[in-house]
Amino acid sequence: MSETGTRRGERAGPWTRLRNSGAVSGVAAAGALIVLFVVLSVVAPSFLTADNLFNLASQTSVKAVMAVGVTMVIITGGIDLSVGSVAALSGVVGVLLMAEHGLNPLLGILGGIAVGATAGLVNGLLVARVGLPPFIATLGMLSVARGVVLILTGAVAVFGAPDSFRLLGQGVLGPVPIPVLVIVLVAVIGHLVLTRTRLGRYAYVLGSNPEAARLSGVAVARHTASVYVLSGVFAGLGGMIAASRINSGQPNFGEGLELDVIAAVVIGGASLFGGRGTVLGSLIGAFLVAVIRNGAVQLGIGTFYQNVLIGVIIWVAVWWDGYRRGKFGARG
Amino acid sequence: MVEEPARHAEPTEVPRARLLRVSKRFPGVDAVTDVSLDVFAGEVHVLAGENGAGKSTLMKILAQVDAPTSGGIEIDGVPVAHRGPAHARRLGVSMVHQEFALAPDLTVAENLFLGHEPGRLGWIRRRVERARARRLLSRVGLDVRETRTVRTLSTAQQQRVEIAKALAVDTGLLVLDEPTASLTEQESAELFTVLRSLTATGTAVCYVSHRLDEIFTIGDRVTVLRDGSVVTTRPVGELDQAALVRSMVGRDVENLYPRVFREPGPVRLRVRGLERAEAVRGVDLSVRAGEILGLAGLIGAGRTELARAVFGAEPATAGRLTLDGRDLRVRSPREAMAAGIGYLTEDRKGDGLALQLGVDVNITLGAPPTRGGLIDLRAERDEAEHYRDRLGIRTPRVNSPVRLLSGGNQQKVVLARVLRTGAGVLFVDEPGRGMDVAAKSEMFRQLDELAAEGRAIVLISSYLPELMNMCDRVLVLRAGRVAGELDRVEFSERRLVALATGAGGGDE
Repeated sequence: MSETGTRRGERAGPWTRLRNSGAVSGVAAAGALIVLFVVLSVVAPSFLTADNLFNLASQTSVKAVMAVGVTMVIITGGIDLSVGSVAALSGVVGVLLMAEHGLNPLLGILGGIAVGATAGLVNGLLVARVGLPPFIATLGMLSVARGVVLILTGAVAVFGAPDSFRLLGQGVLGPVPIPVLVIVLVAVIGHLVLTRTRLGRYAYVLGSNPEAARLSGVAVARHTASVYVLSGVFAGLGGMIAASRINSGQPNFGEGLELDVIAAVVIGGASLFGGRGTVLGSLIGAFLVAVIRNGAVQLGIGTFYQNVLIGVIIWVAVWWDGYRRGKFGARG
Repeated sequence: MVEEPARHAEPTEVPRARLLRVSKRFPGVDAVTDVSLDVFAGEVHVLAGENGAGKSTLMKILAQVDAPTSGGIEIDGVPVAHRGPAHARRLGVSMVHQEFALAPDLTVAENLFLGHEPGRLGWIRRRVERARARRLLSRVGLDVRETRTVRTLSTAQQQRVEIAKALAVDTGLLVLDEPTASLTEQESAELFTVLRSLTATGTAVCYVSHRLDEIFTIGDRVTVLRDGSVVTTRPVGELDQAALVRSMVGRDVENLYPRVFREPGPVRLRVRGLERAEAVRGVDLSVRAGEILGLAGLIGAGRTELARAVFGAEPATAGRLTLDGRDLRVRSPREAMAAGIGYLTEDRKGDGLALQLGVDVNITLGAPPTRGGLIDLRAERDEAEHYRDRLGIRTPRVNSPVRLLSGGNQQKVVLARVLRTGAGVLFVDEPGRGMDVAAKSEMFRQLDELAAEGRAIVLISSYLPELMNMCDRVLVLRAGRVAGELDRVEFSERRLVALATGAGGGDE
């Protein structure tokens, strides 16, 4: 009782917060990212050019935005497999709203995001109210959303959005592409939600010990569902960015995208068992995956090999995470 | 309690186990520094000390769960390299952890022989396994079928399974980390009988405890730790309680149970005809402002279930609640808390703490301070520091993950959260579990303070001295019903035990 009051170092720096929130392997990923940058700059001169880097960031924007939502879901101990399909649905509906119902681009984008939110709400209710395992609930949505896209479009791409819609995915503000600004905005919002709001706080608690959350008076169902809604919102935004970049709603967009997104989140230090993960880590994870793919293209390495490489990186990232935690294990 | 005084097993030449200048560092904490320790065959060697003094760490090193940062271990005079708990078991060192390491979905029998199932070529001889399991269960006095799933057992029963599991191998040294923490007096006494029968056949027992009286009951020698170092190792007979507490805390603790009895106010909570499935069968109770009502009873008598039903954790199936004169329906903990009913869980790891998250987050869990809709991190840290200092929570930092804390300090974190909620009616379920003397005294002082503020407190405890010193009244439950009620002036261990067990003479 006596000595503890005078312990040194009780003021926790940002580093401690970062470490406690599980972003350390995200930091490791950041290290890997920097090393990769340096190596690629040396071996492939075309890599370190403003054009290529902005191009890279724009390409990553869709996955990065979606990764922020998926990070929140994974922190609660859940998973969202439906983000790829939901993004496609959002993109198609958003473009249709503009092309066939004459909505202006801003409303079209919001419409697409609303579609994502709705899909997320269905996911959330299935998990939080019906009690389906997140894997099953979102696996179902993966199929349902894709099915709806195909029904709406007859499997044919939809065009006809006004030209100004391209700004979202292709526009620039000065030298900076707008998708990059969107990443920054989403990252800031996502970070604030996770670190400074009850929803974010409860996400960590739900992932760490849902029963403790319930006994502490946390509205478990509402907050769980909300996290899936947010994941849907970010998937919807990602879908709109993608639609803007290719200037159309593609019914096949995003097939398999959920795996890249989940990979990014996991490489970024989130734990699939819940309770750990950060927005910053997931963004780094997303960029690491993107840089590997981009760098591989610069070096003339084929897509098939890239897939192998990314799979190996997922193994290493998760192994490192477990190794680190085992080493610093609990004490009674 | 066991009646015979502590016996001194004659130490043989070579200790069963010996720690040589062992140190253990965790990130940010020196858990144990330069500790040497001998445990001889036939003795019960008690480790005593405050929460975070390093007792559990030391035992884990002894059982080779954790590797020491420096120093060595000898078993039967032979130095052993750290190769994990399985290796330690092969050398005859078994540990019963404070937190159980059972597979909840397997049966009792399967758990007992996990890793060394009888049989060959991977084929398990289940009949043999079950027969041996029954023998082991009877050795630890546990009357449950060996085919039960561990998940369906109570905390106390699971602990017995743990002890039986340690006995399942040929054990020369049994390491017990607070085995009586969730046992009633009766069950503790039975356990001591089991332990005595083991030491009589030459087994060494290394025993961590916070309960002073049991140190004197069961211990032959005691080693006191403070801040990770050995203060003293002596035969128990050379010490008295005051001297022991002084060496543990480093100063005198004036009053273990600082309760000031006052005239209670109006009834705050009234419960009528409360039922919860099979566990609670029509319980009436009322608690007044400023009163501490004790709930006594054997494990499984329905005390925890009663509290959880009132709190809405597992809502009642029948019954009426009146809070401050108003009828109340509680269907979830959320509703209970909104109405001003709080509950401190007995199972801190299961449903009390988010272990990966920080001490601060766990203290404010469910209701972090906010400003302008955002969590006010500064206010949160200040609150956490306040409770850390008030309860003496030993943690490297206020935002260190709770899993890094010792068991007793984790318990203080749960307590801090409940103290913080400001509920008018408080159910505290085994709040002192795993806490050291000083912290317990402080906790009881806090409960008394809360009562003085006009709150109504229901204290569930299996430790009768706690109930008898802290409570205005005690309600004794047996098999889900109220077996009797005693006023402070009527308290005696004999009467409480008689009511709890239904043995003759207990009816008032």
